[in-house]
Amino acid sequence: MAHGSVPCSSDGEPNHALTVSNAETRRQFIKKISATSAALAIGPTLLSLPGLSTAQTVQPSASPGVPTTAVRLRINGQEHSLNVDSRTTLLDLLREQLHLTGSKKGCDHGQCGACTVLANGRRINSCLSLVAMHEGDEIITIEGLANGDQLHPVQAAFIEHDGFQCGYCTPGQICSAVALLKENHANSDDEIREWMGGNLCRCGAYPNIVAAIKEAKNATPS
Amino acid sequence: MNPFSYSRANDPAAAVSQLGPDGKFLGGGTNLIDLMKMGVERPARLVDINKLPLAQIEELPNGGVRLGALARNSDVADHALIKSRYPVLSEALVAGASPQLRNMATVGGNLMQRTRCFYFYDPAFPQCNKRQPGSGCGALEGFNRIHAIFGQSEQCIATNPSDMSVALAALEAIVRVQGPKGEREIKFNDFHRLPGTTPNMDTNLTADELITAVDLPPLPFATRSHYLKIRDRATYAFALVSVAAILDLDEGKKIKAARVAMGGVAHKPWRAMRTEQQLVGKSADEAAFRAAAEAELANARAYKHNTFKIELARRTIVRALSTVTAMA
Repeated sequence: MAHGSVPCSSDGEPNHALTVSNAETRRQFIKKISATSAALAIGPTLLSLPGLSTAQTVQPSASPGVPTTAVRLRINGQEHSLNVDSRTTLLDLLREQLHLTGSKKGCDHGQCGACTVLANGRRINSCLSLVAMHEGDEIITIEGLANGDQLHPVQAAFIEHDGFQCGYCTPGQICSAVALLKENHANSDDEIREWMGGNLCRCGAYPNIVAAIKEAKNATPS
Repeated sequence: MNPFSYSRANDPAAAVSQLGPDGKFLGGGTNLIDLMKMGVERPARLVDINKLPLAQIEELPNGGVRLGALARNSDVADHALIKSRYPVLSEALVAGASPQLRNMATVGGNLMQRTRCFYFYDPAFPQCNKRQPGSGCGALEGFNRIHAIFGQSEQCIATNPSDMSVALAALEAIVRVQGPKGEREIKFNDFHRLPGTTPNMDTNLTADELITAVDLPPLPFATRSHYLKIRDRATYAFALVSVAAILDLDEGKKIKAARVAMGGVAHKPWRAMRTEQQLVGKSADEAAFRAAAEAELANARAYKHNTFKIELARRTIVRALSTVTAMA
Protein backbone atom coordinates (compact mmCIF):
# COMPACT_ATOMS: atom_id res chain seq x y z
CA MET A 1 0.00 0.00 0.00
CA ALA A 2 1.46 3.31 -1.08
CA HIS A 3 -0.32 5.42 1.55
CA GLY A 4 -0.08 4.96 5.26
CA SER A 5 -3.38 6.58 6.13
CA VAL A 6 -6.97 6.11 5.07
CA PRO A 7 -8.04 8.87 2.68
CA CYS A 8 -10.65 11.14 4.28
CA SER A 9 -13.27 13.40 2.82
CA SER A 10 -12.83 17.15 3.17
CA ASP A 11 -14.86 17.39 6.40
CA GLY A 12 -12.51 15.02 8.16
CA GLU A 13 -14.98 12.16 8.36
CA PRO A 14 -13.90 8.82 6.95
CA ASN A 15 -14.82 8.43 3.32
CA HIS A 16 -18.14 6.60 3.33
CA ALA A 17 -17.08 4.30 0.49
CA LEU A 18 -14.26 2.97 2.66
CA THR A 19 -16.10 2.19 5.88
CA VAL A 20 -16.06 -1.46 6.80
CA SER A 21 -19.41 -3.15 6.96
CA ASN A 22 -19.92 -6.02 9.36
CA ALA A 23 -20.12 -8.41 6.43
CA GLU A 24 -16.66 -7.50 5.18
CA THR A 25 -13.48 -9.30 6.08
CA ARG A 26 -10.36 -7.42 7.09
CA ARG A 27 -8.75 -8.69 3.91
CA GLN A 28 -11.52 -7.30 1.68
CA PHE A 29 -11.30 -3.98 3.48
CA ILE A 30 -7.54 -3.78 3.04
CA LYS A 31 -7.93 -4.63 -0.64
CA LYS A 32 -10.33 -1.74 -1.10
CA ILE A 33 -8.06 0.67 0.70
CA SER A 34 -5.10 -0.49 -1.39
CA ALA A 35 -6.99 -0.16 -4.65
CA THR A 36 -8.28 3.27 -3.69
CA SER A 37 -4.88 4.50 -2.57
CA ALA A 38 -3.38 3.30 -5.82
CA ALA A 39 -6.13 4.98 -7.78
CA LEU A 40 -5.63 8.24 -5.93
CA ALA A 41 -1.90 8.06 -6.44
CA ILE A 42 -2.11 7.32 -10.15
CA GLY A 43 -5.02 9.63 -10.84
CA PRO A 44 -8.49 8.78 -12.01
CA THR A 45 -7.81 9.29 -15.70
CA LEU A 46 -5.15 6.57 -15.85
CA LEU A 47 -7.01 3.89 -13.97
CA SER A 48 -10.60 2.93 -14.47
CA LEU A 49 -11.87 0.74 -11.69
CA PRO A 50 -14.84 -1.49 -12.45
CA GLY A 51 -16.47 -0.52 -9.15
CA LEU A 52 -14.72 -1.17 -5.87
CA SER A 53 -17.33 -3.63 -4.68
CA THR A 54 -16.14 -6.24 -7.19
CA ALA A 55 -12.50 -6.05 -6.16
CA GLN A 56 -12.68 -9.28 -4.17
CA THR A 57 -14.09 -11.42 -6.98
CA VAL A 58 -10.91 -12.18 -8.92
CA GLN A 59 -11.73 -14.56 -11.74
CA PRO A 60 -9.85 -17.86 -11.61
CA SER A 61 -8.87 -17.54 -15.24
CA ALA A 62 -5.89 -16.15 -17.08
CA SER A 63 -5.15 -13.04 -19.07
CA PRO A 64 -6.10 -13.33 -22.76
CA GLY A 65 -3.56 -15.24 -24.83
CA VAL A 66 -1.87 -16.87 -21.87
CA PRO A 67 -1.98 -20.68 -21.91
CA THR A 68 -4.43 -22.20 -19.45
CA THR A 69 -4.88 -25.66 -17.99
CA ALA A 70 -8.05 -27.39 -16.82
CA VAL A 71 -7.68 -28.97 -13.37
CA ARG A 72 -10.02 -30.83 -11.04
CA LEU A 73 -8.99 -31.22 -7.44
CA ARG A 74 -10.48 -31.37 -3.95
CA ILE A 75 -9.56 -28.72 -1.41
CA ASN A 76 -10.69 -29.23 2.18
CA GLY A 77 -13.28 -31.70 0.98
CA GLN A 78 -14.72 -29.45 -1.68
CA GLU A 79 -14.49 -30.33 -5.36
CA HIS A 80 -13.10 -27.61 -7.64
CA SER A 81 -13.11 -27.63 -11.40
CA LEU A 82 -10.87 -24.83 -12.59
CA ASN A 83 -9.26 -23.40 -15.66
CA VAL A 84 -6.09 -21.67 -14.51
CA ASP A 85 -3.24 -19.77 -16.06
CA SER A 86 -0.75 -22.66 -16.36
CA ARG A 87 1.77 -20.69 -14.30
CA THR A 88 -0.47 -20.53 -11.22
CA THR A 89 1.07 -22.04 -8.12
CA LEU A 90 -1.07 -23.95 -5.66
CA LEU A 91 -0.38 -21.23 -3.08
CA ASP A 92 -1.59 -18.44 -5.37
CA LEU A 93 -4.71 -20.42 -6.26
CA LEU A 94 -5.53 -20.89 -2.59
CA ARG A 95 -4.87 -17.31 -1.56
CA GLU A 96 -5.75 -15.15 -4.54
CA GLN A 97 -8.56 -17.07 -6.19
CA LEU A 98 -10.19 -19.26 -3.56
CA HIS A 99 -9.56 -16.77 -0.72
CA LEU A 100 -8.16 -19.45 1.55
CA THR A 101 -5.61 -17.04 2.97
CA GLY A 102 -4.56 -19.21 5.90
CA SER A 103 -1.64 -20.60 3.89
CA LYS A 104 0.96 -17.85 3.90
CA LYS A 105 3.40 -16.57 1.31
CA GLY A 106 6.68 -16.08 3.15
CA CYS A 107 9.61 -16.44 0.76
CA ASP A 108 7.77 -17.88 -2.28
CA HIS A 109 10.90 -19.97 -2.97
CA GLY A 110 10.45 -23.08 -0.82
CA GLN A 111 12.78 -21.87 1.88
CA CYS A 112 10.49 -20.92 4.79
CA GLY A 113 7.60 -23.40 4.96
CA ALA A 114 4.86 -20.79 5.60
CA CYS A 115 2.96 -22.16 2.57
CA THR A 116 2.96 -25.78 3.77
CA VAL A 117 -0.20 -27.72 2.93
CA LEU A 118 -1.06 -31.42 2.73
CA ALA A 119 -1.37 -32.97 -0.73
CA ASN A 120 -2.79 -36.51 -0.58
CA GLY A 121 -1.82 -36.49 3.09
CA ARG A 122 1.81 -35.44 2.53
CA ARG A 123 3.23 -32.06 3.43
CA ILE A 124 4.50 -29.97 0.52
CA ASN A 125 5.50 -26.37 -0.21
CA SER A 126 2.51 -25.02 -2.14
CA CYS A 127 4.60 -22.11 -3.48
CA LEU A 128 6.77 -24.43 -5.62
CA SER A 129 3.94 -26.56 -6.96
CA LEU A 130 1.83 -25.67 -9.97
CA VAL A 131 -1.94 -26.19 -9.70
CA ALA A 132 -1.71 -28.08 -12.99
CA MET A 133 0.38 -30.76 -11.24
CA HIS A 134 -2.47 -31.52 -8.81
CA GLU A 135 -5.07 -33.01 -11.13
CA GLY A 136 -7.19 -35.35 -8.99
CA ASP A 137 -5.35 -34.52 -5.77
CA GLU A 138 -6.80 -34.02 -2.31
CA ILE A 139 -5.46 -30.84 -0.71
CA ILE A 140 -5.88 -29.99 2.96
CA THR A 141 -4.99 -26.51 4.17
CA ILE A 142 -5.04 -25.03 7.66
CA GLU A 143 -8.69 -24.12 7.04
CA GLY A 144 -9.53 -27.81 6.60
CA LEU A 145 -7.96 -29.25 9.74
CA ALA A 146 -10.64 -28.50 12.32
CA ASN A 147 -13.80 -30.58 12.56
CA GLY A 148 -16.42 -27.86 12.72
CA ASP A 149 -15.74 -25.97 15.95
CA GLN A 150 -13.54 -28.81 17.22
CA LEU A 151 -9.90 -27.83 16.72
CA HIS A 152 -7.44 -30.38 15.41
CA PRO A 153 -5.31 -31.61 18.37
CA VAL A 154 -2.24 -29.89 16.89
CA GLN A 155 -4.12 -26.59 16.65
CA ALA A 156 -5.29 -26.92 20.26
CA ALA A 157 -1.76 -27.76 21.41
CA PHE A 158 -0.28 -24.71 19.64
CA ILE A 159 -2.75 -22.50 21.53
CA GLU A 160 -2.13 -24.31 24.83
CA HIS A 161 1.65 -23.92 24.52
CA ASP A 162 1.72 -20.49 22.89
CA GLY A 163 3.50 -21.95 19.87
CA PHE A 164 3.72 -18.63 18.07
CA GLN A 165 4.22 -14.95 18.46
CA CYS A 166 3.27 -13.02 15.32
CA GLY A 167 1.50 -16.07 13.89
CA TYR A 168 2.59 -15.74 10.29
CA CYS A 169 4.43 -19.06 10.14
CA THR A 170 1.80 -20.83 12.26
CA PRO A 171 -0.50 -22.30 9.57
CA GLY A 172 2.55 -23.83 7.88
CA GLN A 173 3.96 -25.03 11.19
CA ILE A 174 0.68 -26.70 12.11
CA CYS A 175 0.19 -28.39 8.71
CA SER A 176 3.79 -29.57 8.86
CA ALA A 177 3.34 -30.87 12.42
CA VAL A 178 0.19 -32.78 11.45
CA ALA A 179 2.22 -34.59 8.76
CA LEU A 180 5.17 -35.04 11.12
CA LEU A 181 3.00 -36.95 13.59
CA LYS A 182 1.65 -39.16 10.81
CA GLU A 183 5.22 -39.85 9.63
CA ASN A 184 6.15 -40.85 13.19
CA HIS A 185 9.02 -38.38 13.30
CA ALA A 186 8.20 -36.84 16.70
CA ASN A 187 9.87 -39.31 19.06
CA SER A 188 12.31 -36.89 20.71
CA ASP A 189 12.95 -33.17 20.89
CA ASP A 190 15.89 -33.54 18.52
CA GLU A 191 13.87 -35.53 16.04
CA ILE A 192 11.08 -32.94 16.12
CA ARG A 193 13.59 -30.15 15.55
CA GLU A 194 15.20 -31.95 12.60
CA TRP A 195 11.91 -32.93 10.95
CA MET A 196 10.34 -29.49 11.49
CA GLY A 197 13.45 -27.92 9.96
CA GLY A 198 11.54 -26.86 6.85
CA ASN A 199 9.41 -24.40 8.84
CA LEU A 200 11.14 -21.23 9.94
CA CYS A 201 9.85 -18.99 12.75
CA ARG A 202 11.43 -15.57 12.83
CA CYS A 203 9.92 -14.83 16.23
CA GLY A 204 11.82 -17.82 17.59
CA ALA A 205 8.87 -19.64 19.12
CA TYR A 206 10.64 -22.95 18.58
CA PRO A 207 10.69 -24.20 22.20
CA ASN A 208 6.92 -23.73 22.44
CA ILE A 209 6.38 -25.30 19.02
CA VAL A 210 8.32 -28.38 20.14
CA ALA A 211 6.28 -28.50 23.37
CA ALA A 212 3.02 -28.22 21.41
CA ILE A 213 4.00 -31.04 19.05
CA LYS A 214 4.95 -33.29 21.99
CA GLU A 215 1.60 -32.67 23.62
CA ALA A 216 -0.26 -33.32 20.36
CA LYS A 217 1.66 -36.58 19.96
CA ASN A 218 0.62 -37.71 23.42
CA ALA A 219 -2.97 -36.63 22.75
CA THR A 220 -3.13 -38.70 19.57
CA PRO A 221 -1.00 -41.84 19.95
CA SER A 222 0.18 -43.00 16.53
CA MET B 1 7.23 -16.10 -14.82
CA ASN B 2 7.25 -16.35 -18.61
CA PRO B 3 4.18 -17.96 -20.17
CA PHE B 4 4.66 -21.56 -21.31
CA SER B 5 2.47 -24.23 -22.81
CA TYR B 6 1.73 -27.15 -20.51
CA SER B 7 0.90 -30.75 -21.25
CA ARG B 8 0.73 -34.02 -19.34
CA ALA B 9 2.34 -37.18 -20.64
CA ASN B 10 1.06 -40.70 -19.98
CA ASP B 11 4.05 -42.75 -21.09
CA PRO B 12 7.77 -42.00 -21.45
CA ALA B 13 7.79 -42.14 -25.26
CA ALA B 14 4.94 -39.62 -25.42
CA ALA B 15 6.76 -37.36 -22.97
CA VAL B 16 9.84 -37.36 -25.19
CA SER B 17 7.81 -36.68 -28.35
CA GLN B 18 5.85 -33.83 -26.70
CA LEU B 19 8.91 -31.96 -25.53
CA GLY B 20 9.85 -29.98 -28.64
CA PRO B 21 12.49 -27.24 -28.75
CA ASP B 22 12.96 -25.26 -25.53
CA GLY B 23 10.79 -27.67 -23.58
CA LYS B 24 11.47 -29.04 -20.11
CA PHE B 25 10.20 -32.06 -18.24
CA LEU B 26 8.38 -31.15 -15.02
CA GLY B 27 8.85 -33.53 -12.08
CA GLY B 28 8.60 -32.30 -8.51
CA GLY B 29 9.28 -28.76 -9.68
CA THR B 30 11.20 -27.78 -6.55
CA ASN B 31 14.16 -26.44 -8.51
CA LEU B 32 12.70 -25.78 -11.98
CA ILE B 33 9.72 -23.70 -10.80
CA ASP B 34 11.98 -21.73 -8.49
CA LEU B 35 14.37 -21.02 -11.37
CA MET B 36 11.43 -20.02 -13.58
CA LYS B 37 10.29 -17.54 -10.92
CA MET B 38 13.83 -16.14 -10.90
CA GLY B 39 13.85 -15.85 -14.69
CA VAL B 40 16.87 -18.15 -14.96
CA GLU B 41 14.88 -20.87 -16.73
CA ARG B 42 12.43 -19.78 -19.43
CA PRO B 43 11.06 -22.93 -21.06
CA ALA B 44 8.54 -22.53 -23.88
CA ARG B 45 6.83 -25.77 -22.86
CA LEU B 46 6.55 -27.90 -19.76
CA VAL B 47 5.78 -31.58 -20.15
CA ASP B 48 4.43 -32.77 -16.80
CA ILE B 49 5.76 -36.29 -16.26
CA ASN B 50 4.24 -36.82 -12.81
CA LYS B 51 1.62 -39.26 -14.13
CA LEU B 52 4.21 -41.54 -15.79
CA PRO B 53 4.45 -44.99 -14.16
CA LEU B 54 8.03 -44.41 -12.97
CA ALA B 55 7.68 -44.15 -9.20
CA GLN B 56 8.56 -47.74 -8.24
CA ILE B 57 11.46 -48.82 -6.07
CA GLU B 58 12.14 -52.47 -6.84
CA GLU B 59 14.74 -55.14 -6.33
CA LEU B 60 16.65 -56.25 -9.44
CA PRO B 61 17.40 -59.94 -10.20
CA ASN B 62 21.13 -59.28 -9.61
CA GLY B 63 20.48 -58.10 -6.06
CA GLY B 64 20.61 -54.40 -6.92
CA VAL B 65 17.73 -51.95 -6.67
CA ARG B 66 16.03 -49.88 -9.36
CA LEU B 67 14.80 -46.43 -8.37
CA GLY B 68 12.10 -45.13 -10.68
CA ALA B 69 12.85 -41.59 -11.85
CA LEU B 70 9.67 -40.34 -10.20
CA ALA B 71 10.24 -41.99 -6.83
CA ARG B 72 10.10 -39.12 -4.34
CA ASN B 73 13.21 -38.41 -2.30
CA SER B 74 11.31 -39.10 0.95
CA ASP B 75 10.10 -42.51 -0.30
CA VAL B 76 13.59 -43.57 -1.40
CA ALA B 77 15.10 -42.44 1.91
CA ASP B 78 12.47 -44.35 3.89
CA HIS B 79 12.46 -47.55 1.81
CA ALA B 80 13.47 -50.72 3.68
CA LEU B 81 15.71 -51.94 0.83
CA ILE B 82 17.60 -48.64 0.75
CA LYS B 83 17.95 -48.32 4.51
CA SER B 84 19.24 -51.86 4.86
CA ARG B 85 21.48 -52.21 1.78
CA TYR B 86 22.51 -48.64 0.97
CA PRO B 87 22.33 -46.61 4.21
CA VAL B 88 24.63 -43.98 2.69
CA LEU B 89 21.92 -43.14 0.15
CA SER B 90 19.15 -42.94 2.74
CA GLU B 91 21.30 -40.66 4.91
CA ALA B 92 22.25 -38.43 1.98
CA LEU B 93 18.61 -37.96 1.02
CA VAL B 94 17.51 -37.12 4.56
CA ALA B 95 20.41 -34.65 4.80
CA GLY B 96 19.02 -32.74 1.80
CA ALA B 97 16.37 -30.00 1.77
CA SER B 98 13.32 -30.25 4.09
CA PRO B 99 10.62 -32.90 4.61
CA GLN B 100 8.24 -30.89 2.41
CA LEU B 101 10.72 -30.60 -0.45
CA ARG B 102 11.71 -34.27 -0.16
CA ASN B 103 8.02 -35.21 -0.55
CA MET B 104 8.01 -33.33 -3.87
CA ALA B 105 11.51 -33.86 -5.29
CA THR B 106 12.09 -36.86 -7.55
CA VAL B 107 15.13 -39.06 -8.20
CA GLY B 108 15.39 -37.80 -11.79
CA GLY B 109 14.89 -34.17 -10.81
CA ASN B 110 17.50 -34.42 -8.09
CA LEU B 111 20.05 -35.47 -10.74
CA MET B 112 19.09 -32.41 -12.80
CA GLN B 113 19.38 -29.84 -9.97
CA ARG B 114 21.23 -26.75 -11.03
CA THR B 115 23.93 -25.02 -9.03
CA ARG B 116 23.13 -22.69 -6.14
CA CYS B 117 25.96 -20.34 -7.15
CA PHE B 118 24.65 -16.86 -6.28
CA TYR B 119 25.84 -15.47 -9.62
CA PHE B 120 23.94 -18.14 -11.55
CA TYR B 121 20.75 -18.02 -9.53
CA ASP B 122 20.12 -14.28 -9.73
CA PRO B 123 20.00 -12.71 -13.21
CA ALA B 124 20.65 -9.31 -11.58
CA PHE B 125 24.30 -10.40 -11.74
CA PRO B 126 25.42 -9.79 -15.31
CA GLN B 127 28.25 -12.33 -15.30
CA CYS B 128 27.60 -16.05 -15.41
CA ASN B 129 28.98 -18.32 -18.12
CA LYS B 130 26.56 -21.04 -17.07
CA ARG B 131 23.47 -18.85 -17.46
CA GLN B 132 24.78 -16.67 -20.30
CA PRO B 133 27.75 -18.27 -22.10
CA GLY B 134 30.54 -15.78 -22.72
CA SER B 135 29.42 -13.29 -20.06
CA GLY B 136 32.20 -14.19 -17.61
CA CYS B 137 32.23 -15.65 -14.10
CA GLY B 138 31.11 -13.39 -11.27
CA ALA B 139 32.28 -15.82 -8.62
CA LEU B 140 35.92 -16.02 -9.69
CA GLU B 141 36.74 -12.60 -8.20
CA GLY B 142 33.50 -12.32 -6.22
CA PHE B 143 32.07 -13.89 -3.06
CA ASN B 144 33.21 -17.47 -3.62
CA ARG B 145 32.81 -19.05 -0.19
CA ILE B 146 30.54 -21.86 -1.42
CA HIS B 147 32.49 -22.62 -4.57
CA ALA B 148 34.57 -25.46 -5.98
CA ILE B 149 38.04 -26.65 -5.03
CA PHE B 150 38.25 -29.54 -7.53
CA GLY B 151 37.84 -29.72 -11.31
CA GLN B 152 36.83 -26.11 -11.87
CA SER B 153 37.79 -23.98 -14.88
CA GLU B 154 38.43 -20.30 -15.41
CA GLN B 155 34.92 -20.18 -16.87
CA CYS B 156 33.05 -21.63 -13.90
CA ILE B 157 33.73 -22.50 -10.26
CA ALA B 158 30.17 -23.50 -9.33
CA THR B 159 29.36 -26.64 -7.34
CA ASN B 160 26.67 -29.27 -7.78
CA PRO B 161 24.21 -28.96 -4.85
CA SER B 162 22.88 -32.52 -4.69
CA ASP B 163 23.42 -34.79 -1.68
CA MET B 164 21.75 -37.79 -3.28
CA SER B 165 24.16 -37.66 -6.22
CA VAL B 166 27.20 -37.88 -3.93
CA ALA B 167 25.93 -41.19 -2.56
CA LEU B 168 25.05 -42.40 -6.07
CA ALA B 169 28.59 -41.58 -7.23
CA ALA B 170 30.06 -43.69 -4.43
CA LEU B 171 27.63 -46.51 -5.26
CA GLU B 172 28.51 -46.35 -9.00
CA ALA B 173 24.86 -46.11 -9.96
CA ILE B 174 23.66 -46.38 -13.55
CA VAL B 175 21.33 -43.73 -14.98
CA ARG B 176 18.75 -45.11 -17.42
CA VAL B 177 17.44 -42.66 -20.00
CA GLN B 178 15.02 -42.69 -22.90
CA GLY B 179 15.34 -40.50 -25.97
CA PRO B 180 13.82 -40.32 -29.45
CA LYS B 181 16.17 -43.11 -30.58
CA GLY B 182 15.42 -45.40 -27.66
CA GLU B 183 16.97 -46.19 -24.30
CA ARG B 184 20.55 -46.01 -23.10
CA GLU B 185 22.48 -46.33 -19.86
CA ILE B 186 24.92 -43.74 -18.51
CA LYS B 187 27.51 -44.59 -15.88
CA PHE B 188 27.11 -42.25 -12.94
CA ASN B 189 30.58 -40.78 -13.26
CA ASP B 190 29.78 -39.88 -16.89
CA PHE B 191 26.41 -38.30 -16.12
CA HIS B 192 27.47 -34.94 -14.66
CA ARG B 193 30.16 -32.85 -16.35
CA LEU B 194 33.06 -30.69 -15.28
CA PRO B 195 32.62 -27.10 -16.49
CA GLY B 196 35.57 -26.82 -18.90
CA THR B 197 34.68 -24.32 -21.63
CA THR B 198 30.97 -25.27 -21.65
CA PRO B 199 29.71 -24.67 -18.09
CA ASN B 200 26.20 -24.13 -19.50
CA MET B 201 26.03 -27.94 -19.81
CA ASP B 202 25.60 -29.58 -16.39
CA THR B 203 25.19 -33.13 -17.66
CA ASN B 204 25.74 -35.37 -20.66
CA LEU B 205 22.00 -35.92 -21.02
CA THR B 206 20.78 -34.54 -24.34
CA ALA B 207 17.89 -32.05 -24.25
CA ASP B 208 15.42 -34.60 -25.62
CA GLU B 209 16.30 -37.43 -23.24
CA LEU B 210 14.21 -38.40 -20.22
CA ILE B 211 15.64 -40.10 -17.13
CA THR B 212 13.50 -43.18 -16.47
CA ALA B 213 15.37 -44.86 -13.60
CA VAL B 214 18.56 -45.10 -11.57
CA ASP B 215 19.95 -48.58 -10.97
CA LEU B 216 21.96 -49.32 -7.83
CA PRO B 217 24.35 -52.20 -8.48
CA PRO B 218 24.62 -54.86 -5.80
CA LEU B 219 27.32 -53.87 -3.32
CA PRO B 220 27.14 -56.06 -0.22
CA PHE B 221 29.71 -54.04 1.73
CA ALA B 222 27.64 -50.86 1.30
CA THR B 223 25.79 -51.87 4.46
CA ARG B 224 28.84 -50.31 6.15
CA SER B 225 28.45 -46.79 4.81
CA HIS B 226 27.78 -43.25 5.95
CA TYR B 227 27.01 -39.77 4.60
CA LEU B 228 28.49 -36.86 6.55
CA LYS B 229 27.33 -33.37 5.60
CA ILE B 230 28.90 -30.19 6.94
CA ARG B 231 26.87 -27.00 6.54
CA ASP B 232 26.35 -23.58 8.07
CA ARG B 233 23.42 -24.69 10.25
CA ALA B 234 22.26 -27.98 11.71
CA THR B 235 19.68 -28.70 9.01
CA TYR B 236 18.09 -27.38 5.82
CA ALA B 237 21.20 -25.94 4.17
CA PHE B 238 23.38 -26.94 1.26
CA ALA B 239 26.67 -28.69 1.95
CA LEU B 240 29.86 -26.76 2.37
CA VAL B 241 31.55 -30.14 2.20
CA SER B 242 30.00 -33.59 2.35
CA VAL B 243 31.42 -37.10 2.16
CA ALA B 244 29.83 -40.41 1.20
CA ALA B 245 32.03 -43.19 2.55
CA ILE B 246 31.79 -46.96 2.08
CA LEU B 247 34.38 -49.39 3.43
CA ASP B 248 34.91 -53.11 2.95
CA LEU B 249 36.95 -54.29 5.97
CA ASP B 250 38.33 -57.70 6.74
CA GLU B 251 38.16 -59.19 10.23
CA GLY B 252 41.41 -57.51 11.22
CA LYS B 253 40.00 -54.12 10.13
CA LYS B 254 42.22 -54.01 7.10
CA ILE B 255 40.65 -52.18 4.15
CA LYS B 256 39.76 -54.47 1.24
CA ALA B 257 37.91 -51.82 -0.79
CA ALA B 258 36.82 -48.22 -0.33
CA ARG B 259 34.41 -45.82 -2.01
CA VAL B 260 34.65 -42.13 -1.19
CA ALA B 261 32.73 -39.32 -2.94
CA MET B 262 32.46 -35.66 -2.01
CA GLY B 263 29.79 -32.97 -2.34
CA GLY B 264 30.08 -29.19 -2.23
CA VAL B 265 33.55 -29.26 -3.75
CA ALA B 266 33.10 -29.57 -7.52
CA HIS B 267 30.85 -29.03 -10.54
CA LYS B 268 29.90 -32.71 -10.23
CA PRO B 269 29.79 -35.22 -7.38
CA TRP B 270 33.53 -35.70 -6.79
CA ARG B 271 34.75 -39.25 -6.61
CA ALA B 272 37.92 -39.19 -4.48
CA MET B 273 39.76 -41.87 -6.45
CA ARG B 274 43.18 -41.06 -4.97
CA THR B 275 41.79 -41.45 -1.46
CA GLU B 276 40.24 -44.78 -2.39
CA GLN B 277 43.45 -46.08 -3.94
CA GLN B 278 45.48 -45.03 -0.91
CA LEU B 279 43.14 -46.80 1.49
CA VAL B 280 43.22 -50.27 -0.05
CA GLY B 281 45.41 -52.65 1.96
CA LYS B 282 45.84 -50.24 4.89
CA SER B 283 44.65 -50.65 8.44
CA ALA B 284 41.48 -48.68 9.02
CA ASP B 285 42.86 -46.07 11.40
CA GLU B 286 43.06 -42.31 11.58
CA ALA B 287 46.61 -42.07 10.26
CA ALA B 288 45.64 -43.99 7.13
CA PHE B 289 42.51 -41.89 6.67
CA ARG B 290 44.48 -38.66 7.04
CA ALA B 291 47.09 -39.75 4.49
CA ALA B 292 44.39 -40.86 2.08
CA ALA B 293 42.55 -37.56 2.41
CA GLU B 294 45.80 -35.71 1.83
CA ALA B 295 46.38 -37.62 -1.40
CA GLU B 296 43.16 -36.20 -2.83
CA LEU B 297 43.45 -32.71 -1.40
CA ALA B 298 46.95 -32.20 -2.77
CA ASN B 299 45.14 -31.36 -6.02
CA ALA B 300 42.63 -28.94 -4.50
CA ARG B 301 42.68 -25.30 -5.51
CA ALA B 302 40.87 -22.65 -3.47
CA TYR B 303 39.85 -19.01 -3.93
CA LYS B 304 39.72 -15.96 -1.72
CA HIS B 305 36.76 -17.01 0.43
CA ASN B 306 36.80 -20.82 0.29
CA THR B 307 40.30 -21.81 1.40
CA PHE B 308 38.70 -23.20 4.57
CA LYS B 309 37.15 -25.95 2.45
CA ILE B 310 40.49 -27.73 2.01
CA GLU B 311 41.00 -28.34 5.72
CA LEU B 312 37.27 -28.92 6.19
CA ALA B 313 37.30 -31.55 3.44
CA ARG B 314 40.30 -33.30 5.00
CA ARG B 315 38.61 -33.51 8.38
CA THR B 316 35.26 -34.53 6.88
CA ILE B 317 36.86 -37.45 5.02
CA VAL B 318 38.67 -38.60 8.17
CA ARG B 319 35.56 -38.36 10.34
CA ALA B 320 33.30 -40.10 7.80
CA LEU B 321 35.77 -42.98 7.42
CA SER B 322 36.19 -43.24 11.20
CA THR B 323 32.42 -43.42 11.64
CA VAL B 324 32.13 -46.17 9.02
CA THR B 325 34.97 -48.12 10.64
CA ALA B 326 33.24 -47.96 14.04
CA MET B 327 30.07 -49.54 12.61
CA ALA B 328 29.46 -53.09 13.71
